[in-house]
Amino acid sequence: MEKHCTESRVKGVSTGTTILAAVFDGGVVIGSDSRASMGEEYVSSKTINKVIQVHDRIFCCIAGSLADAQAITKAAKFHLSFHSVQMESPPRVMAAASVLKDLCYKNREELQAGFITAGWDKKNGPQVYVVALGGMLINQLVTIAGSGSTYIYGYIDAKYKPNMTKEECLQFATNALALAMGRDNVSGGVAHLVVVTEKGVEHVVVPGDKLPKFHDE
Amino acid sequence: MLEEAAPEWLSEEVKTGTTIIGIEYDGGVVLGSDSRVSAGETVVNRVMNKLSPLHDKIYCALSGSAADAQTMAEIVNYQLDVHSIEIGEDPQVRSAATLVRNISYKYREELSAHLIVAGWDRRNGGQVFATMKGLLTRQPFAVGGSGSSYVYGFVDAEYRRGMSKQECQQFVVNTLSLAMNRDGSSGGVAYIVTIDEHGTEEKVILGNQLPTFFDQ
Repeated sequence: MEKHCTESRVKGVSTGTTILAAVFDGGVVIGSDSRASMGEEYVSSKTINKVIQVHDRIFCCIAGSLADAQAITKAAKFHLSFHSVQMESPPRVMAAASVLKDLCYKNREELQAGFITAGWDKKNGPQVYVVALGGMLINQLVTIAGSGSTYIYGYIDAKYKPNMTKEECLQFATNALALAMGRDNVSGGVAHLVVVTEKGVEHVVVPGDKLPKFHDE
Repeated sequence: MLEEAAPEWLSEEVKTGTTIIGIEYDGGVVLGSDSRVSAGETVVNRVMNKLSPLHDKIYCALSGSAADAQTMAEIVNYQLDVHSIEIGEDPQVRSAATLVRNISYKYREELSAHLIVAGWDRRNGGQVFATMKGLLTRQPFAVGGSGSSYVYGFVDAEYRRGMSKQECQQFVVNTLSLAMNRDGSSGGVAYIVTIDEHGTEEKVILGNQLPTFFDQ
């Protein structure tokens, strides 16, 4: 069971956030909101991109302390590019997730960041891995993280179906992010979505006013 | 070191860490709850009915500290009886909610219980009131308890105005099932109460009959 980290223990800028990733038939969709906050009152950035590319077809999203997350992803990018040169082939998604997990686990006392790693590789196709705060690594079909994720557990459980089409999955992810941003005051801004398939990578940005609206808005 | 320590649950406060939901439709209301009562990490009652009658057609759903919630419900039950004799007819749902609010506002430092009051009266039909920490607000639907955090997204997405009685009942059962799957303090069976002009219907849905989702 991961420990919840409360705002007051995270020093400096934290990505009080909503991030998610889901597998569909042929690829993955990774998404996040775009708000970075200091404490619970001040939004230090409205348009930060929390979906980081660590290799051609592998992305990760960060939740928790922004500084920790940036440091870890920088180290991970380096390890992965070195690894892919050694292996003379693109790294597997599992390799990327393991690199992040090792960094998180070895430094678990000092760090406060969790990751979702998702992407496509030739061996296993589309995959999603979650690395939690202490360094746990698990493979799931759909996963959510960050402070805003609490509010959409029910929505994800009810609405996710394995083997959706790309359009259905994009709509599902956009809806989930919009719902979480609607309830969590430290998630907001625009929705960043990335679709990764064998053919390539597609970025979709949904500005705040184009997000789906629900019954009371 | 080797002596047996007293079980933890004897000294932990008993909470109905819970999921409760109330929703109104044209002609009545549906109230639902799970059935788990926990003391620390132990489940001390797995079949508690958290839907407590305040009057014939007014029920409340309990959450938070079990003692506080039960006591509030009993006191309001008594006060409502007196009130309905005084006015000579069935009390309004708003009256019941106001009585709950009065107690939770006056003792808001000492009490930690949240009651959702719902029912049917002749004047305004089905109504749902949330009364957390002393506020009183009428809403088309309300969710409460520890499990409610996990289903805010689901209820936001799924609620539509003008649902029928069956759709509301299904909505309540789905919401409870999702929350019970994710919240460690909610579980057991689901209790549903439907109140309308004609009467009050109580139903229990057993754990293995609850809706399941893609990963179950």
